[in-house]
Order: sequence, then C-alpha cells, then structure tokens
Amino acid sequence: MSVAMTPGRRVWRRFKGNQRAWVSLWLFGLMFVVSLFAEVLSNDRPLAARYHDQLYFPILFQYNETVFGGDFDTPTDYLDPFIQDQFARPGNWVVFAPNPYGSNTVNQFASRPNPAPPSEDNVLGTDDRGRDILARLLYGFRVSVLFALALTASGTLIGVLMGAIQGYFAGKTDLVLQRLLEVWGSLPELYLLIILSSLFNPGLWILLLLLTAFGWMGLSDYVRAEFLRNRQMDYVAAARSLGLPNWQIMWRHVLPNSLTPVLAFLPFRVSSAILALTSLDFLGLGVPSSTPSLGELLAQGKDNLDAWWIALPTFGLLTLTLLLLIFIGEGLRDAMDTRKG
Amino acid sequence: MEKLLTVEGLNARFGQHQVVTAASFQVAAGEKVALVGESGSGKTVTAQALLQLNPDVALSGSVRWDGEELLGVGEKRLRQIRGRDIAMIFQEPMSALNPLFRVGEQIAEGLSLHLGLNAREARAEAIRLLARTGIADAERKVDSYPFQLSGGQRQRAMIAMALACKPRLLVADEPTTALDVTVQAQILTLLADLQRESGMAVLFITHDLNLVRRFADRVVVMRGGLVVESGEVNTVFANPSHPYTRELLASRPERLAEAPESSRERLTARAVSVSYRQRTGWFGHRDIPVLRDVSLALPAGQTLGIVGESGSGKTTLGMALLRMLPAQGDIRLDGHALDKLKGRALRHARRDFQIVFQDPFASLSPRRTVEQIIGEGLALHQPHMPADERRRRVAAVLQEVGLHQDMMPRYPHEFSGGQRQRIAIARALVLRPKLMLLDEPTSALDATLQKQVLQLLHSLQRKYGLSYLFISHDLAVIRAVAHQVLVLKDGRVVEEGPAEAIFSQPRHPYTRELLQAALPPS
Repeated sequence: MSVAMTPGRRVWRRFKGNQRAWVSLWLFGLMFVVSLFAEVLSNDRPLAARYHDQLYFPILFQYNETVFGGDFDTPTDYLDPFIQDQFARPGNWVVFAPNPYGSNTVNQFASRPNPAPPSEDNVLGTDDRGRDILARLLYGFRVSVLFALALTASGTLIGVLMGAIQGYFAGKTDLVLQRLLEVWGSLPELYLLIILSSLFNPGLWILLLLLTAFGWMGLSDYVRAEFLRNRQMDYVAAARSLGLPNWQIMWRHVLPNSLTPVLAFLPFRVSSAILALTSLDFLGLGVPSSTPSLGELLAQGKDNLDAWWIALPTFGLLTLTLLLLIFIGEGLRDAMDTRKG
Repeated sequence: MEKLLTVEGLNARFGQHQVVTAASFQVAAGEKVALVGESGSGKTVTAQALLQLNPDVALSGSVRWDGEELLGVGEKRLRQIRGRDIAMIFQEPMSALNPLFRVGEQIAEGLSLHLGLNAREARAEAIRLLARTGIADAERKVDSYPFQLSGGQRQRAMIAMALACKPRLLVADEPTTALDVTVQAQILTLLADLQRESGMAVLFITHDLNLVRRFADRVVVMRGGLVVESGEVNTVFANPSHPYTRELLASRPERLAEAPESSRERLTARAVSVSYRQRTGWFGHRDIPVLRDVSLALPAGQTLGIVGESGSGKTTLGMALLRMLPAQGDIRLDGHALDKLKGRALRHARRDFQIVFQDPFASLSPRRTVEQIIGEGLALHQPHMPADERRRRVAAVLQEVGLHQDMMPRYPHEFSGGQRQRIAIARALVLRPKLMLLDEPTSALDATLQKQVLQLLHSLQRKYGLSYLFISHDLAVIRAVAHQVLVLKDGRVVEEGPAEAIFSQPRHPYTRELLQAALPPS
C-alpha cells in the first residue's frame, strides 16, 4: 500500500526533483535572508564600541559627538577621522559592520572625487553622490524583494477574490464585474503614475497601492476560468447537496482545486513586480532618491557611463534575481503538471 | 491453415508496469471474436498493440497478420496496413472524430490515401458509405461537422470511415458503450449486417456480456492482462471453466427488491416542470421545457427507478426534486413542502436528502481526505458534536459501506472506482438521510463491482428504511433494485407503475422498445 501523499506534497517532491529550480530557490532564499540583515552587514554606525571603559552599541542607540569627546551636540559621524582617532586610543576599541556604510551614508572625508571607483574604502565604489554602491545594492535588493512580495501578495489576494466571485457566481455577477474590469483595465496606468508623481512625491506605499490597483487583473482571469470549470464538478454539487453555504464551498472545495495557475504564476509575478519597481525608479517616477533602489542605480549608471562600477553590478544583481525567480517559476510550473509522475 | 490474425505470447508494458502478459488468441477470416474484460484488464491495450497505435507501450511477443509478423515491422509498412487491412472504431466517437473537419472529408481522407481516389470520387464514395451505415439524408450529412451529429450518427460515421477501404479485420473498441440502449441495438445490428455482407472479421472489445452473447462467434476473456479463457460463445457461456468467467457471468444483477409493503409516502411531487431560459437576441429570451408536469410518489423504504435515454430529463428530474435546480411544482418530503424552502432553511433541510453521483472520480474533491469528505456534512449539520465522536461516526460509516477505517487519512486518487463510489455513498449515508438520489451510481463501474454496490445499497435500504430515487439507463439494474418504475421520454412520463408490471407487461411502445433493446429474450 502506497504511503498517503497529499497532492501538495507530491508537487513539492517533484519540485525538489528539479535540480535547477531547487538550487535557485535556495540561492534566492539565501540572498533574501542575507539582505534582511543588511543593517548588521552594512552600516555607518559601528556594531559596538568601548570608550573610556564604557560599552556603547551605536547600531542600536544614537550617541552624540560629545559622548566621544567631540565639540558638537549632534549625532556622531563615525567616519570622521577625529572620532576614529578617539577610538584608536589605548583601551578604546570599535567594531564596524563589514561594510561601514549605510544606504545613504556620504563619506564627507573621502579622498577621491565622486563617483569613486572601487578601492579599499568602497569595495564597489561610490555613486555620483558619494554613497557606497555595495550598501545601495544590499538595501536596494531588500527593498525590491520586499516590495515585490507585498505587491504579489496583495495582487494575488485581490485577483483570487475577484476571480473567485466572478467564476463561482457566474451569470449576471460575472457579466457586470467583467465589464467593470474592462473599464478599469483600460485606464492608462503609466499616465496615472506620471500625473500622481507630479502631484506629490510617491513613496513606496503609494506605489504599492497604485500597482496593486492594476496588477491583479491578469490573475483574476485565470482564477475565474478555473472557478467556472470547477463549479460544474460533481463534488461541488455534492457539497451543495450537503447544505454547505456558498462561501464554504468556495473556500474548501473550489479554491484548493483552482490554485494551480495562481501558484505557478507566483514567481513570475514576483519577478515582474521587481522589474516594475526598477523601471519606475529608472524613469524617475518611483521612490525618492533617499530610498535605495536598483532602478535609481541603473539611472545613475546611465548618467555616468564612464563609471562602469555603478551600472555593471546593478545589472548583474538584477539579472541574477530575475533569472533565479524564472527558474523557480519554471520548476513550480512543471511540478504542478499532474501529468508528470 | 494460418488464421487471418494470430497473436502469440503478447506482452505489453508501460515503463515498469506490465499490463498484458503472454496473451494469445486468433481471429479467422470472417469471424466475429469478442474480447471481454473489465476496465484495466488490458483489452484495449491488446487491441491497440495489433497496429502498434500507442507509442508509450513496449511490446514483445508475436502478432502475425496473414502470415506476416507485425511487431517490429516498421512504421511505413504499418501505415499501409492501418486503415486498409485492419480498421479501428473507438468508444467515444466525439473524440475520435476531428471536430474541425467535415465528416465527409474525414472519410474521404482514407479513400484517397489508400485507394488513390480523386476528390469527387472520394466524396461520392463517402456519401454511399454514410448511406450504407444508415444515416438518413447522407447527401447533406456528408458536409456536417461532428458536433452537428447525434451520438449514434457519429458512431455510424466512424464505422463508415473504418469501412471505407474494405478492411479484412475491423477492431471495434467498445463501439456502443457511449450510446443509448436503443441506439446500441441499432449499431450492433448494423455491424452484424456489414460483417455478413463483406465477410470481414471483427474483433469486438467490450465489457458487456449481453453484447457478446448477441454478437460474437467466439469469445476471449481477459483479466489483469492475462487471457483466462477462450472458446465458442455458446460453450463458454454454458460451461465457463475459469472461476473468473463464472464470476463475470454471475455478475448480471439479480432482482434484489422484495415485494413492497405498503408504507406511508415519503416523497411526493405534483406537476414538476423545469425549463431552461435561452437568450434570443439582446433582450429577448424563450423558455425551453426539459421536464413537463411530472408527478410521482415514493413510499418510505422503497426505490423508484427513473428510466430513459440520454436527454430524456432523468437527471434533471432528480436534481429538481432535490432542489438543486429551479423548478415549478409541488414537492413534499414527509409532508413538508420542499419547494417553498429558501436559503438557510433549505440548507438545513438538505441533511434529509442526499445525492450519489454517477462518476466517482468527479464527485470527490481531490484535495480532501476521506475523513474530511465524509465528516464535512456532520460538521455542518451537527456543529456541536465533539471531534472524536465525529471521527467515530466516520469510521463506523466506512465500515458500513465495506471500507476499512485506516483509509480515513487517504486521498480519493488512491482508491479504485468501486471504492470511491463507496466513499460517496458513505458521505451521503453519514447524515442518516431519509431520501437518497442515486444518479447512475453503477454506470461507471465494472460488472462485478456493480453487483456489489447494488447489494450494498439494497442492504442499507433495508437497515435504515431509506427511500431511493434511482436514475439509470440500464434496465437490468433497474429491474434488480426498483419497486416502482417511471419511464421518461423527452421530459414527459410515458409510463409508470410497479416494477414487475412494467417489466412483464409494458404498455407504452417506447417502454417496449427500451426493454427489447436492453433485455433481449435469451
């Protein structure tokens, strides 16, 4: 007798059998987890310091310069040679993050003009405002992926909900909603963004809201089709004849059997969300320059073609991310194909 | 003398899975041989192996056609034989005909390929063949698309296509299974006539022993990929030597229903009508009646058999009575009006009447365990029942339908058709309903399983005093279980009454025709 395996577990096993997708998933997961710890890895505030026999944790708390023997009652700039001298005295020490720059840190005491090529100070160089490229990449990657995950989650949620309602109730409900959808879908998304970005400075949340408002429509079509198909199945009639209310039938019977296209599209949706944010930033319609972003880096790379160290690593990171997501998506799609063993 | 077709020690495997083992049989010229077996016995794989139609199957052994070895002969030679010497017709004519081509074009294709006829000759020949297979108005039908033909006409067109090149062997794979009984009888007669006329041999694959007895000269019985018995039809049927053949022959459903005791009415319906609304143009619509003024009464503990061909409104009637479809008319269960119930009240009432569907593969949600499937109704209608009590009830009902309680955490795809149908019955039974609608509950099952399920249903009925609405196109099944019978044709009741009376003295000509086709005097 074979071991009971849920359809979901069989999909998972098939997915694991696909080496490329499995490795991609691990690599992407690793990159994402590492980027979640960006503050520890790349920060202009030291992790810990000892000054005059007292321990300080600048990464957690803000200390003013006067604490470390400075003259001004302002937040300490730990890249200041004077402060560094203070810590170099006997009995004092300081532990910096591996990359001693935050995403918006400008080294006021740098020896080279900006954009600075890679050196021992800045492993990947700086951009045209003197910010460290490695730090920008790390934080930018995190923002991109988090944004993409949020956008995918919200878009999927709305898409599934709308598709489910349309497909399950069909008939007039479907007809009316489908017309509304067509009207909504024909609104020019990019123009709206341009108009809005001229009215106020779009932050991440407003972008998320706007992209969500338009991003769910492609998915709802697939879910609608699946629901239209599955609502005809005998097991739905059986559930109805048991006396189950509609929402329970939708939730327990139709939805689990309609999720294949949703799951198969997830990685592709994440990658297209990353790309969407990147392109908007590249065009200058996206987040403000203080938010680290891959698109903004690409735009700088375009403006400073001779500074190859801006465009090249950004391009590489973006390509790698999208490639990994596409491999994962392919693996997932193949694993969902029940015709395979 | 060498027979027309000799199969010796044929093995077939899908990857690691052996589906046919050392099958041997022969077909002589002009002979009608039936290949009988249940689903999964390897009969279709064997038939396809003759022409090596399935590229996923690895074959070994020997298939000799008129002295020529066909296994390993090469695709080019096979293509010459396919369609010209050996032709095939399939079970489902809708999927075997290409929906994008006209019927005539598909017949003509074989004619021009194998006989080299030009377009006009091929068309004329196609019309002649269609007319010969009994399609009225062949001149016009030759330009029809498959969807424009009825099931019987499509199967006739398939036969015309197969006969186009005057093959010496016709392999017919369940050619009548998808058809109504009266049409079945016509197709069978047609095949027998054509066989006599042309002297071709026929290899007839079926699970229906009734058809074997009526049609074939010799029979080959297969089980689990093995040929267990073969011989003259009369000898094998009169004197089966293998236990499986005996079991198969004994699996004709016997009468299970006893003479009904008079009991109070459980379900009564008066003047139930159903119509579908069809849109005409932008704002207009018309109502197409599918069920007109059907009245019936079903006493407690009895079975009402609803009989009719496809499209007669059997299922519609069942669904309307159980309020799964909007309908007009007066429906009462134990005196309470069902037709007035709405929303929540209707959902609460549903625990008293349950449905078992025809296709056990479609009626169980593939992503829920057996326990979840059966326990769902309990959780809904008795929400205060503790979880372990619910588990106990599910286990008990599984036992009742002949399954083991270890099966609770498993998923539907792990079960066979018969087991799934038992799960579906358990799902309906666990709520202790008063009335069950059984919509062709045995049609998707093999003959031996069919008998077991009927016996199960019968014993449950006696134990719990259940009333059944039993929908079936199979009169043998209805005769086995029904106390009362209702014959439907085109949405109207043509005859109703006690089962014995209907089966022994049918009054309406349509009932007589049905009986004639389904239960020929043996």
